[in-house]
Formats: sequence, C-alpha cells, structure tokens
Amino acid sequence: MSRPLVEAVNVSKSFGHTEVLKGVDLQVHAGEVVCLLGPSGSGKTTFLRCVNALERIDGGWLRVDGELVGLLERGGRLHRMTDKQIAAQRRDIGMVFQRFNLFPHMTALENVVEAPCLVRREKRADAERRALALLERVGLADRVGNYPAQLSGGQQQRVAIARALAMQPKLMLFDEPTSALDPELVGEVLQVMRELAADGTTMVVVTHEVAFAREVADQVVFMDGGVVVERGTPEQVIGAPRHERTRAFLARVRSGDEG
Amino acid sequence: MTAEPGASAPEHPADAGRPGAVDAVEVRHPWRWVALAVIAVLVAMLVHLLVTNPAFDWAFTLEVMNQTAVIRGVLLGTLLMTVLAMVIGVGLGVVLAVMRLSDNPLLSGAAWVYTWFFRSVPRYVLLTFTGSLGALFAGGLSFGVPFDFLLTDALGTPELRFLNLDQATIYRLLGGYAGGVLALGLSEAAYMAEIARAGLLSVDRGQHEAAEALGMTKRQSMRRVVLPQAMRVIVPPTGNELIAMMKDTSLLSALPVTLELFYQVTQISGRTYQVLPALSAAVLYYLVLTSVLMVGQHFLEKRFGRGFGGQAAARPAAAGVALGPGGAK
Repeated sequence: MSRPLVEAVNVSKSFGHTEVLKGVDLQVHAGEVVCLLGPSGSGKTTFLRCVNALERIDGGWLRVDGELVGLLERGGRLHRMTDKQIAAQRRDIGMVFQRFNLFPHMTALENVVEAPCLVRREKRADAERRALALLERVGLADRVGNYPAQLSGGQQQRVAIARALAMQPKLMLFDEPTSALDPELVGEVLQVMRELAADGTTMVVVTHEVAFAREVADQVVFMDGGVVVERGTPEQVIGAPRHERTRAFLARVRSGDEG
Repeated sequence: MTAEPGASAPEHPADAGRPGAVDAVEVRHPWRWVALAVIAVLVAMLVHLLVTNPAFDWAFTLEVMNQTAVIRGVLLGTLLMTVLAMVIGVGLGVVLAVMRLSDNPLLSGAAWVYTWFFRSVPRYVLLTFTGSLGALFAGGLSFGVPFDFLLTDALGTPELRFLNLDQATIYRLLGGYAGGVLALGLSEAAYMAEIARAGLLSVDRGQHEAAEALGMTKRQSMRRVVLPQAMRVIVPPTGNELIAMMKDTSLLSALPVTLELFYQVTQISGRTYQVLPALSAAVLYYLVLTSVLMVGQHFLEKRFGRGFGGQAAARPAAAGVALGPGGAK
C-alpha cells in the first residue's frame, strides 16, 4: 500500500491546562473520504485544524504528503517553519469552515480568484476562467457577481468550497460545513461534497451528518475525549458500533434528527 | 356587507366577507409643527442679523477672501499642510497599529509609548516646542553612522556622515513649514494608530484563518483581506481626524508659520480694525473646506463599504462577519 496522504501518530495538543488531543492516530490515503464523528469537545475540529497548521501540535507527529506539518527536520533536529514556509505548505490543503469565512468585500468570483492570483501567481484571465468553471460546478454560475451578504448560507458555503478547490489542493478539509446552515440548505452543500467525493477528491470531513458519513465515507472515525474510540468502514462504525460511547452518541444524534 | 369598519370592500369576489386593504387615519404630529415654527423664527432672526447688522461688512469680507495672501494661506498653509500632515499621520499610524498588535513585546511596547507621548502633549504646546527644538542642536545635526566618533577613536575610520545641518538651518526648518508638517503628522499618527488598531481588531478572526488556509502569508492576508475590511471601520473616524486636522492648522502661528489662513486673516483684522468681517472670511473658508472634505469622505465610505449593507435583509445571521450594515456618519 502506498504511503498515506495524511499520517498522524500519537498527536497531542493542549490549550493551557486542557488536553484536547491525547494521542490521536489517523491515516488518510489518497482518494479516500474520512468522516470524523464525535460529540462537541471531542477534539475532532482541533485535529482538523492541526492538519493545516492552524494549530500547533504539542506531541507526536503529523505528516501530510510525507512532510511534517509546520516543522522541518534538519541536522537531526526539528525546526519550526517560518510564516512563509507554513503558507507554502498550506497551498496544497484546502479548508472549508463552519462559518464559511468568505471575504465579504469581494464578490463570489473575486473570492475564488484571489488566492490563485496572489499565491500561485496565475494570470487573472486564466484564474477567472477556472473560477467560473468551479462556480458552475457548485451550481452558482448565475451568482458570480454577488457579494457574500447577498447569498444564502448554503450558497456562501458552496462559494467557499469553490474557493478552496481553486488552489487545486491534494487534500480538502471540511470543518462542520453544514452546522451553521438552516436545515433546508444542508442538502445542497452535502450534494456538492458528494460529487467531490465521487470525483476522487481526498477529503477529511468533521460532521454531525451521520447519514452523509454512512453514504460517502470510506472510513469513519469516532472520537471522544481527545482520542479515537473506534474506526472502520461506515457499516462497522455506524451500522454495528462496538463501543458503548459510539452507540450512545449515535443514538443521541439520531433522536435529534427525528425530533 | 359584513366588512369591519375601516376596511374597504374586497376586490376579489372569493374574498367577500374577508377584510381587505387597511384604510386608517395616520397619527398626527402637532409638535412637529411647533418645532418648525420655533426653528423658522430662529433662522429668520439669524438671517436678519447677518444681513442688517452693520458690524458685518460682507463686501469687505469678500475682499479679504480674495486677497492673494489669504488664498495662498488657504491653499498652502491650510490645505497642503493638512494633506501632508495626514499622509504622515495615516502612514505612521497604520504602522504603529500593526506594531501594537504584533506578538513582539518590544514593538508593541514601543508603539504604546509613542501613542502615550503624542496623545499627552496638546498640539499647541507641541508646535511651540517644535519651534524651539533647535536649542538641542547647538553643534548642528548630522546624519550618518551612529556613534561614528567611537569608531574613529578605535579604528581610525574617517567621519561617517553624509549630511550636516547647522543650528540656524535646524531652527529655520523646525520653526517653519517643515516643523509644522512634522509636529502635526507625528501627533496625528498617535490618534490614527488607535483608530487603525480598532479597525484591525474589528475584522473577524475567521478572515485571517481563511486567508492563511488558502496559503497566503500573514503579510498577504493583511494587505488583501484584513486591511480592506478594516478600512470600513477606519475611514469614518479618519474623515473626522482630517477635518480636525484642517482646523488645527490654525494653531501653526505657534511655530510660527505665517503662511497659514488664520494668521493671515488676523493680520488683516489687526491692520484694518475690521475684526468681525475679516474673521468671517476665515470662517467661510473653513466652512467651504470642511464641506468639500465631507463629500470626499462620503465617497470613500461607499468604496470601502462594498459587500456590506444594501441588501442586508439577504444576509443570514450566521454569516462569518459580525458587523452590522452601514457605518457611522
């Protein structure tokens, strides 16, 4: 088997005296969709943020595409990366946030074009052509000139997905992409993500959408209390959970869905 | 007909018996008419005063406004000075704000001390002080390698200085136009630093993260994402500062800068004993300048308000930006 795209071994992370990650192991292979499930405070979002160095890990190691995240090995020692080196590393990792975080002073098109032009030094015309194609792919061809404030939450999140894809990342991270959406807008965002998964995009998705995880994920990872409690195929983890904590969580989430 | 009182007959037969359009008497506002009457009387009194009082001499005021020295005062002493001082103030202020928010305690401390000092000294005092600073440089002032005389002692190197100013030149520079630009600009930077800091802090943390997650460096994210949004918060108070600065140029006689509008007008009023008409010329010029600046401010606010306000109703509450629409006026 080839080397995993994301390789986390015994990753730990504390905020002050609170230990949020207590030794997380995780592997994501190219083309795979991994869904992280777990109650709030389980550390799944923190772990996702560590993968593109939005948070520093305190222990263990974390590699993306063979490179340590935020660190360089030189002369048998680890060195922290400079701001520029971290930025270069993040270029290949796309991230979609719970609260979209679109740039409010730019139109949908400008949001998507910005990073390829500024960071990858693409020609404006080329970047715009690709951006239009991406916006069409997420179903927003008629909204390219709108500012984020003029779009619904679901449309904003789809622009955010197009914005991340514009950098042609090897890996896409989704941090609860539908949690801030009105219920009737969740479907359109999940549909876009389903299509991405079908195209073979490598994705790590932190989500509460159990049905989505069951349908799309190749690997489901259940986290609680800063550790991985259970992992496996959706059939194993969601269909036949072995741990009491997993069962309790799934029961809670499902009763919420029906209520 | 079973319709409620006040409701007109329904237009559609299917709506028969259901209430139609509301036809109600609007609330009356009698006090508005009283206020109107009071203000009308006050305005009439003011106009009467301005037109009939012999202490005003509008022909003379106009004559003063047309004097070459006064017009030069408006253009060079007031307008140009304002622009130059604000350029220093805004530029240095943004740098100070970024320093203040930096992780480096030395930079943030230095910015704090700077702001503390220049906010503490009144502008009139600062201008007078600047005019007297030449006293510090009895031996003149040189630009070059610091402490080069120590190097000369130790290594026998020649003097490493490329520009020497003697004391008279320093007095002339600091006690004149350049001193005014410098003092007002440095003082303004302290206030602009606070305004810019508030603006930078108003930008949601998620914006930095989104920019950095796209592979932008901190610098790129500041320039392309954070600053343009901060500008929306920075521009309105900066317009205020600009107008205040324009009026503070009237303090320049403390240096003394004689080129400036207010000084020129007081000279004329002293010469002619026509105090009110001469000063009215200055008041009118300040009114005109402020009006022009306010128009400029309006367009700047519109430029940096892009994407905010307007269609606020379409904005979901969960949008990544926690700022309300519009902006202060």
